[in-house]
Amino acid sequence: MSDIYLDNNATTKVDPAIVEAMLPFFTEQFGNPSSLHSFGNKVGMALKKARGQVQKILGAEHDSEIIFTSCGSESDSTAILSALKANPERKEIITTVVEHPAVLNLCEYLETEGYTVHKLKVDSKGRLDLDEYAKLLSDDVAVVSVMWANNETGTIFPVEKMAEMADEAGVLFHTDAVQAVGKIPMNLQDTAIHMLSLSGHKLHAPKGVGVLYLKRGTRFRPLLRGGHQERGRRAGTENSASIIGLGLACEQAMEHMEFENVQVKAMRDRLQEGILAAVPNAFPTGDVDNRLPNTLNIAFEYIEGEAILLLMNKMGIAASSGSACTSGSLEPSHVMKAMGIPYTAAHGTVRFSLSRYNTMEEIERVIEAVPPIVAKLRKLSPYWGENGPVENPEQAFAPVYA
Amino acid sequence: MWDYSEKVKEHFYNPKNAGAVADANGVGDVGSISCGDALRLTLKVDPETEIILDAGFQTFGCGSAIASSSALTEMVKGKTLDEALLISNQDIADFLDGLPPEKMHCSVMGREALQAAVANYRGEEWSDDHEEGALVCKCFAIDEVMVRDTIKANNLSSVEEVTNYTKAGGGCSSCHEAIENLLTEEMAARGETFVPAASGKKKAKKVEKKKPDLVEIEAPVAKPAAASAGLTLVQRIRKIEDVLEAMRPALRADNGDVELVDVDGKTVYVNLVGACSGCQMAAMTLGGIQQKLIEAMGEFIKVIPASERPAA
Repeated sequence: MSDIYLDNNATTKVDPAIVEAMLPFFTEQFGNPSSLHSFGNKVGMALKKARGQVQKILGAEHDSEIIFTSCGSESDSTAILSALKANPERKEIITTVVEHPAVLNLCEYLETEGYTVHKLKVDSKGRLDLDEYAKLLSDDVAVVSVMWANNETGTIFPVEKMAEMADEAGVLFHTDAVQAVGKIPMNLQDTAIHMLSLSGHKLHAPKGVGVLYLKRGTRFRPLLRGGHQERGRRAGTENSASIIGLGLACEQAMEHMEFENVQVKAMRDRLQEGILAAVPNAFPTGDVDNRLPNTLNIAFEYIEGEAILLLMNKMGIAASSGSACTSGSLEPSHVMKAMGIPYTAAHGTVRFSLSRYNTMEEIERVIEAVPPIVAKLRKLSPYWGENGPVENPEQAFAPVYA
Repeated sequence: MWDYSEKVKEHFYNPKNAGAVADANGVGDVGSISCGDALRLTLKVDPETEIILDAGFQTFGCGSAIASSSALTEMVKGKTLDEALLISNQDIADFLDGLPPEKMHCSVMGREALQAAVANYRGEEWSDDHEEGALVCKCFAIDEVMVRDTIKANNLSSVEEVTNYTKAGGGCSSCHEAIENLLTEEMAARGETFVPAASGKKKAKKVEKKKPDLVEIEAPVAKPAAASAGLTLVQRIRKIEDVLEAMRPALRADNGDVELVDVDGKTVYVNLVGACSGCQMAAMTLGGIQQKLIEAMGEFIKVIPASERPAA
């Protein structure tokens, strides 16, 4: 039995057809697209095609609005730092408490540089309060950066409406859409979104390539200055093979958009129902009625996520966790904390993120495998009795914390 | 994925002594805030002999927390309470063939659970005596609380000093930004401004100029002699050996050692061995040795690596 990969919000498999399309660009078509000769020219044409494919999935009005970068994080940094550079008199940033570290850590650093960062709070389902947001928009705000969909829970934010509100207030709006592109249909030309980040490896393209969408007319200051690549907006020789892979990945994602939202969603729903039916004291986190079709985050109370993952890994099932111990930093998930998930549950959250390569048969195997793992770990847990949580778990076991 | 040893995996997949011991007479409940792990250790102690007859654990935590708990119960069974209390967190980690630096606190938690359970058995109140913060230096597993406390206690003002006192930043150096930020905050609190070291060769010169009293090696030092000038060469060498001997525990704690090679007037030639040899802090260590020798001998002594000894 082959292993089951349910960690597609972390990264995805590169489609074999994409690998095949990329290969000639390492050997035969290795030219620098900036060169005049035919070695370079052909690559330049292939990049143009890829740019068009990305333009299409985003629904961008012009292909010149697509800037290729090295990753989603670079796109995020470029967007936010550009907005600050272009508006030096504006010293405030609006973002959310549940952003990816690519945005959150940058904002925390900017705070030490004298910027004021407003982090929008979320409720217990991970939803934003748009009234709080409206009150913060002002002439002092340089940029709003809000993710389109949350990587841990899949919760979708109303970025189109929020961009509209920012635009009316004369504020730039950026969205980190690395989890959303390819799973949610989008048509950026009809929105007020000024900047958007995309990451190739989240949608079956290779790692090391990303995109910054920059709406025409948006004031911009490059992060990397140097050569004239990307119309002088991102210097550095193009990662041609990966860009070409990303172009094809976007085309494939367009073709599979319906499959993602029907079949993948059905597998996700079956997984949720199957596990919750068999495991007591477990619940899904986030806004379950408004989330990505591929994402399921379940909190298993009274046990710890890393232990669950290790036992699942032993059975050939790959997922991820919001527990403190699975991250190199040892920080518990800021997303779970922000939603007010109780301590004894936040550490036991497991994220299952599916892709179009999963099958219903795999999902049934996971539904079989998970309940005994949870039971085994609960047997070791001081919060768990014979058949359920001990009475008043928080009082029955109240350790001295160091 | 963490780099867990086979022993850790074995104790995680098949933990020993899981569950509470029936008729336990010593219970210790502790947790580690940085990881959110928590552990209850139950002991059954023979009141006559104070031998631990049985031990069991219940753990809410990650793989290495469960493995450390399992290891701990295996290690204490059959020992007397006093013997068991000698187990250090490093012993637990060693029993498991090592833990990743980020996970060393799991072994600390094990040791604390043991102390808490013994205190509970003896009817004493156990209180934790150390705080744990976010990990700053991953090479040497030094946390923020440790770095801040050391900066405060010793009025440190440079990254080099922090490295000399705590080892933090002495490895890959990628935590230097974090250490500079801590220095900035702690120095601001005492009304000073942090000035970063110069780069490149200029920095190296500055470090060289610093006096070797940077190195803090806790070692009892023989009373400073009025002057050792009246001593014979053999007496001098014995005295130097005494000083080195007194410093050895500190060096050995870092898996290093020092050996005396030659004494030529006021120049003492030594070899740093073990982990000390090739360590980027070797110059500092030599400086520390020199300082102690000067104090003990009551005269100026120069400590030189034996490799720089002129050929006979």
